[in-house]
Amino acid sequence: MFRNQYDTDVTTWSPAGRLFQVEYAMEAVKQGSAAVGLRSKTHAVLGAVNKAASDLASHQRKLFRADQHVGVAIAGLTADGRVLSRFLRNECINHSFVYESPLPVSRLVVQLADKAQVCTQRSWKRPFGVGLLVAGLDETGAHLYYNCPSGNYFEYQAFAIGSRSQAAKTFLERRFQEYDTYSREDLIKDALFAIKETLQGEKLTAQLCTVAIVGEGEAFHIIDQQTIQEYIDAMELSTGGPDEEAAAAAPPSAETQEGGEGASSEPAPMDI
Amino acid sequence: MELQLSMVDGSVCMKDSAKSEISSERTLYPYVTGTSIIGMKYKDGVILASDTAGSYGSTLRYKSVERIKQVGDHTLIGASGEISDFQEIMRYLDELILYDKMWDDGNSLGPKEVHNYLNRIMYNRRNKFNPLWNSLVLGGVKKGQKYLGTVNMIGTHYEDDHLATGFGNHLARPILRSEWREDLTFEEAVKLIEKCLLVLLYRDRSSINKFQIAKITDEGTTIFPPYALKTFWGFSHFQNPSKGAAGTW
Repeated sequence: MFRNQYDTDVTTWSPAGRLFQVEYAMEAVKQGSAAVGLRSKTHAVLGAVNKAASDLASHQRKLFRADQHVGVAIAGLTADGRVLSRFLRNECINHSFVYESPLPVSRLVVQLADKAQVCTQRSWKRPFGVGLLVAGLDETGAHLYYNCPSGNYFEYQAFAIGSRSQAAKTFLERRFQEYDTYSREDLIKDALFAIKETLQGEKLTAQLCTVAIVGEGEAFHIIDQQTIQEYIDAMELSTGGPDEEAAAAAPPSAETQEGGEGASSEPAPMDI
Repeated sequence: MELQLSMVDGSVCMKDSAKSEISSERTLYPYVTGTSIIGMKYKDGVILASDTAGSYGSTLRYKSVERIKQVGDHTLIGASGEISDFQEIMRYLDELILYDKMWDDGNSLGPKEVHNYLNRIMYNRRNKFNPLWNSLVLGGVKKGQKYLGTVNMIGTHYEDDHLATGFGNHLARPILRSEWREDLTFEEAVKLIEKCLLVLLYRDRSSINKFQIAKITDEGTTIFPPYALKTFWGFSHFQNPSKGAAGTW
């Protein structure tokens, strides 16, 4: 995309019928580090890559809990993401207070999308520069939504956003049709594998990623590093993929444990 | 019935003299009232029952007041107390259900949510010294889960397997406490309810012999047309009442 005379403010249409500021905001999402989400009928999993600005710094938080039954993963301007997470928490708790009952995920994402839309139609505002993967469970089952800076939202079985997310999406496209009946463990493994796809060469360790899960009988929570490392180790012990049948057609799964930089020699980033 | 909140009067007077001649718009006492509601869970769902009387003080003024209404697909509400406040509550609840339906997204408000919403309204009004002068029973079934709760004008709310308002608490609940079971069929439940309604008819002066029963199950709601119960007044004590004191009435 190149600069033009119609891209200065969000309330100016281009002659081709585009709002460039909104599109530039979606670019910001693509620059953020990757986040993935997948769901079965009863569980939804979110995963994110923890990229620290430098070896001295800790990584930014990308997974937020909005309520017992909903959480989000963000990609893009993390500051915008934090503000929206606070909004989501507020909406959830307001609903719980009045109705003593969890806010249905589909209604939460509509409220979020409406908030994003407002910023595309006020001259004194700018669109939020963050994409959100909202994962939650309500009485209609587990759900995964993607909320855009444009104010659009879509429901997904599995999705990935952020930089190098295309690799994860390619992986998920091959597998998503089975996800409805996946067990909780298989969902986590596939999420980790999708994250690994976005790393493109780097060795996947529990320090490089964060995974959270929500499901029936399980409140939204971030899975601790040790359990994640165990999942990763279990995955790499098999034929390079999260299950045996993927061995035939999995191109990047040929990585061995020796590939990439030795992660154990890096200074450990701060714990979540 | 003629309860007066004297501390409210005091503060209202002070405010009035400071403002203008606008009179108070707070609820001070009820005018047209309904008496008890009885509710109980049974095997397939929940039953609510009431009479159809609207009393104006001690006068049995209105005899066809529907005090049990449907709220959305999953809930029934029965009200005792000020009838006009019940109508106001129905306006709030109908609007709530309407907006819920407008989402059209597969989610719907169940009896628990409606109960809590109503509790918020009742408690907030009470805090402003302007209560909706009602005691309400909410019953419903959603996805096989039976729910029965009550909320009143001061915001007290709780759930139970069987509930009543007003005189029903004193006359009907003891019967229910000893004879209610989890697995009552509809016919058995109606018999038990009628036993309670009869006691209320005999002993509550604001009740009339015209009752409505409503049931709600996962399949849906039915509010039955009003009917009367057989009463018996042939007790020997009622024969020749002026025997001991001629000229009495």
